[in-house]
Amino acid sequence: MTLLSSTASLRDGTALAAATSSDAALRRFLHGLPGVDQVGAEQRAASLATRSIKTSAKAYALDLAIRMVDLTTLEGMDTPGKVRALCSKAVRPDPADPTCPHTAAVCVYPDMVATAKQALGDSGVKVASVATAFPSGRAALDVKLADTREAIEAGADEVDMVIDRGAFLSGRYLEVCDEIVAVKQACDTTGDGAHLKVILETGELQTYDNVRRASWLAMLAGAHFIKTSTGKVSPAATLPVALVMLEAVRDYREATGQMVGFKPAGGIRTAKDAIRHLVVVNEVAGPDWLDPDRFRFGASTLLNDLLMQRTKLRTGHYSGPDYFTLD
Amino acid sequence: MAQTPSPFEYAPAPESRAIVDIRSSYGLFIDGDFVDGGGRAFKTISPSTEEVLAEVAEADEADVDAAVKAARRAHTRVWSRMVGAERAKYLFRIARIIQERAREIAVLESIDNGKPIKESRDVDIPTAAAHFFYHAGWADKLEYAVPGNPDPQPLGVAGQVIPWNFPFLMLAWKIAPALATGNTVVLKPAETTPLTALLFAEICQQADLPPGVVNIITGAGETGRALVSHPDVDKVAFTGSTDVGRAIARAVAGTRKKVTLELGGKAANIVFDDAPVDQAVEGIVNGIFFNQGHVCCAGSRLLVQESIAEEFLDRLKRRMTTLRVGDPLDKNTDIGAINSHVQLEKIRELADIGEAEGAGRWSPPCELPDQGFWFPPTIFTGVSQAHRIAREEIFGPVLSVITFRTPAEAVEKANNTPYGLSAGVWTDKGSLILWMASRLRAGVVWSNTFNRFDPASPFGGYKESGYGREGGRHGLEGYLK
Repeated sequence: MTLLSSTASLRDGTALAAATSSDAALRRFLHGLPGVDQVGAEQRAASLATRSIKTSAKAYALDLAIRMVDLTTLEGMDTPGKVRALCSKAVRPDPADPTCPHTAAVCVYPDMVATAKQALGDSGVKVASVATAFPSGRAALDVKLADTREAIEAGADEVDMVIDRGAFLSGRYLEVCDEIVAVKQACDTTGDGAHLKVILETGELQTYDNVRRASWLAMLAGAHFIKTSTGKVSPAATLPVALVMLEAVRDYREATGQMVGFKPAGGIRTAKDAIRHLVVVNEVAGPDWLDPDRFRFGASTLLNDLLMQRTKLRTGHYSGPDYFTLD
Repeated sequence: MAQTPSPFEYAPAPESRAIVDIRSSYGLFIDGDFVDGGGRAFKTISPSTEEVLAEVAEADEADVDAAVKAARRAHTRVWSRMVGAERAKYLFRIARIIQERAREIAVLESIDNGKPIKESRDVDIPTAAAHFFYHAGWADKLEYAVPGNPDPQPLGVAGQVIPWNFPFLMLAWKIAPALATGNTVVLKPAETTPLTALLFAEICQQADLPPGVVNIITGAGETGRALVSHPDVDKVAFTGSTDVGRAIARAVAGTRKKVTLELGGKAANIVFDDAPVDQAVEGIVNGIFFNQGHVCCAGSRLLVQESIAEEFLDRLKRRMTTLRVGDPLDKNTDIGAINSHVQLEKIRELADIGEAEGAGRWSPPCELPDQGFWFPPTIFTGVSQAHRIAREEIFGPVLSVITFRTPAEAVEKANNTPYGLSAGVWTDKGSLILWMASRLRAGVVWSNTFNRFDPASPFGGYKESGYGREGGRHGLEGYLK
């Protein structure tokens, strides 16, 4: 009837399987999740956004945020040269400061994975690839799986797939679920298996109730990460959406013992915004998510603002954007 | 449910005190000037540090008389003759000055009262400014304010006594409607929190408000008694405890004085099994821990449907572990200091009684400062209607948790109190909200939210929570004949 009763038995693996056993069962489960009150959720997010993060806390947050960035380029005009430049930026974000950590990953289209992989070498920066007919997800399952396999075979460590929003919005939940399961199997075919991030495209789901249901759906299907957006639809990552998705990963862990990561992507451009997200992570999901294995920022322009704020904190003055590399 | 300690430790983020200039002593504000008081000056302290902030004059009977005379003069000669549109200009001016000096007022409020700066900054002061803006708009439209009264007239001199929990906001609730309707004012702030009212006196000077329209007299119970029983006061408006409210009602009985009383409460915050759970947890936290629970309409009783009670409480407790108790001026503080030693003792006594009567007491681990008056956020489980902590107003950060089985039982328990100020209903079912709201005996029923205020919305109680309404058109009626 509520989250409280519908998830209580999920620790039992059979109950978990039962939730995804049929379209009807999955619908019952997802619609049994407690509702999200829009006004209340937005109020809570706004109140967390007033946290004032200064000095040592700010230094910690900025370094952590840099380590969490999936430095992204997803453009039709991407070339090997552009991707190589992005990779060297990911490895050494601030050439002037060797103490600056590297980013978590670079995120590219499947055809750029090999280039990125080669450029990054053994730097520790991972390669994430979008797949499954990104960003719209409008292709046959075979095409999506082929897309995924291409990324994996080229060496992607992580795959960022999009869900079929059309199927979700028309209530074909099991279809969405089965597709995620199939993509995950494709990810598992090589080596250690690539980590799967599932993009909900929350800007198209529109209601927080949908965001919560889609989050649970993706987690039940086996996502390692749930991710807000492709970055191609506005609004992308907002603080209230992050709040609702972080409540979902927190509750999923409570119900199953498994930790699923979270990645807001698109629209986070300033250090201030990034720190607000980290505050929500800290106070809603809990400190266990303050780790690049559990939390990422999908962003392209964010990194330079993080670097500028980091330098400001270290030196006491702002240097202009000309002192930070544009790649 | 156990939380690992976070590596993300928020560094202190104190709001600067430099913006406020606290004088070593303050007089009474009568007829547009600060004058000495006839009584024995008293000290106001910061409840978070026990540091003495200033010495404040005490108004004796002669001072009260002088203030009422000044108000009467201003009413007869200036304020009642001024057209509404002109009065409105003063109110707009005051509202704008409050906005301009918002940070200064907020910092002073947090220093003198102990409330977190994020609340004085984001709630008290903006809402106070909003009250002046709202009532400024009414000043020239009063003929539309009261149905059936096309030519409403001011009452005359209003004697107003306000509490220490929202010193500046309660001042705005009292003064804005009084001035908009053409009344003049003698206002007494609480003895533990006089400083922002005295700052408001400066704002009146800055706004060139005609002398005597607003008079601020400081003092304790005696001063308040002298004010409300002064024969030339036409209207008494009081916010505070039910005991004092009763005494005032007795004092003015049989006189021509019009009275509004806004008194105590023991509100039920009712959570059904289909509630939006995360927001309900927030609403419960906000309902009882906002302003250290020093809120007359605080949701001090959680009525939770028994079928979800256990897990709901787990979620509530988890949320409570993230509450930050400490320095009111730190921008990250969620719960500040208890306003006075007397109040702290009262909270301790009632909490101890709760424990002695067998209720389960729980507080999250939190370190309280050595200096000052502090009480950790606390919940009591296994509370029944027979417990004193379920019946008496604690006026502190203490929540009593009671369970119910059906909507009818929820209504019965919610109404089973001598008070009736506010209530909260949490459910996704619209029809249930309406069903509940029509049965709850409370002046305000919030649904899927709590502690939301707007100048346009009337506020007031049933039963021992008082009578009369403040805010909105209904609030204007209390100042018109």
